[in-house]
Amino acid sequence: MIRIENLSKSFTLHNQGGAVIPVMAGAALTVGPGECVGLTGPSGAGKSTLMRMVHGNYLAAGGSIRVGELDVATAEPRQIIALRRQVLGHVSQFLRVVPRVPTLEVVAEPLLALGTDAEEARERAAALLRRLNIPERLWPLSPTTFSGGEQQRVNIARGFVHAYPALLLDEPTASLDAANREVVLNLIEEAKARGAAILGIFHDEAARARVCDRLVDVTGFTPKAAA
Amino acid sequence: MTLMERMAMTDQPLLRVEGLTKRYGQRIGCAEVSFDLYPGEVLGIVGESGSGKSTLLSCLAGHQRADLGRIVYDGRDVLAMPETERRRLSRTDWAYVHQNPRDGLRMGVSAGGNVGERLMAVGARHYGEIRGKAADWLARVEIAADRIDDRPSAFSGGMQQRLQIARNLVTGPRLVFMDEPTGGLDVSVQARLLDLLRGLVRDLGLSVIIVTHDLAVVRLLAHRLMVMKSGRVVEQGLTDQVLDDPQHAYTQLLVSSVLQV
Repeated sequence: MIRIENLSKSFTLHNQGGAVIPVMAGAALTVGPGECVGLTGPSGAGKSTLMRMVHGNYLAAGGSIRVGELDVATAEPRQIIALRRQVLGHVSQFLRVVPRVPTLEVVAEPLLALGTDAEEARERAAALLRRLNIPERLWPLSPTTFSGGEQQRVNIARGFVHAYPALLLDEPTASLDAANREVVLNLIEEAKARGAAILGIFHDEAARARVCDRLVDVTGFTPKAAA
Repeated sequence: MTLMERMAMTDQPLLRVEGLTKRYGQRIGCAEVSFDLYPGEVLGIVGESGSGKSTLLSCLAGHQRADLGRIVYDGRDVLAMPETERRRLSRTDWAYVHQNPRDGLRMGVSAGGNVGERLMAVGARHYGEIRGKAADWLARVEIAADRIDDRPSAFSGGMQQRLQIARNLVTGPRLVFMDEPTGGLDVSVQARLLDLLRGLVRDLGLSVIIVTHDLAVVRLLAHRLMVMKSGRVVEQGLTDQVLDDPQHAYTQLLVSSVLQV
């Protein structure tokens, strides 16, 4: 479902003398349907950079990133928009929403964007919020005022409300208590069981051991220093 | 057929712009601007004052005549069509939301009249239907029904802007031009307007071109982003990609200059 080949990335800092910083070279991995692959490596090794490239948030310098039928590395913006809407879900560590929009609407939005009937979208959002132990009295409020753990669970609800065939998870269990961590791990296991391909970063080692089928160490994708 | 299915089927751009150029004597207003806009897409145009973004918008909307280039709307060459046909287009298929609601509203006419007037301009004559539709649109932009006979001069800035949006959208346009629509508003009012615009774009499948200098607004509203400097497009792409991984020196400067809150 996800196939990355010979992927490279560099940043050019025009306002710092045009310095070119190569950050990745020769990256390759695959994630099949029903499989969860965890990215490992120390901070700064490029785990998040790789995830962002798969999401189309960072441009690739070379190589290919196939998600389903689409090569994200060369796709048009509108193709990536359609991919994100229908195929590729994303749970980031940051919640970016329009202020003042109620939590229930924030979670239902991915379904509304897919043309799901509004009532059904809200019911599915409510079921997921309930499962993630977000108290019903908070649903009419904007999540921007929530605690870190609550915001993360809203983000997770948004990422799981539609049955995306592929999912990117950036530390989905960080800052969660044991009960909510268990709910999230169950959601991941259910997604795998229905055939979703999952690529994730898990610093929580026990979680990683439980849901990941394989690990890929991104230090292998660090560009070799020029001799 | 759902809206999404219809949108997925439309592989033709609603608007195609090729090499659009406008000069003021020796000075460049905008130069060689090209892009496609598809149904349901929101395109943000950012850049500092004098970058040509407002000139571009007014050329696209037909408020100014471009010197060179082509604008093809729904298969029709806009710059080649007779003036009457172009005017008809801007009354029916297109809408233009001004930064200052006073430029887009008639301040001496009631809120309901402001919305109804645009309907009458496209041939609506039945008073009851016009008033009913105006009331419906005032509700959609969250203006209380008991304000329908009030003049916009009695409204707050945020309400005036929502009224301007209702006046523009009542005729069911497919393409909406917006010039800094959240410009003069308090941040809390801005948030409400952003939420409203997002909902309308999603539910009506509108295509929108929005000019702004506010990067936070485009991040939340625009699918795609075009960055302008000195009349030229220096970079364009997926909004979050352009903001998070800017390629051009000017975009890097623009993004790194935003104050964090």
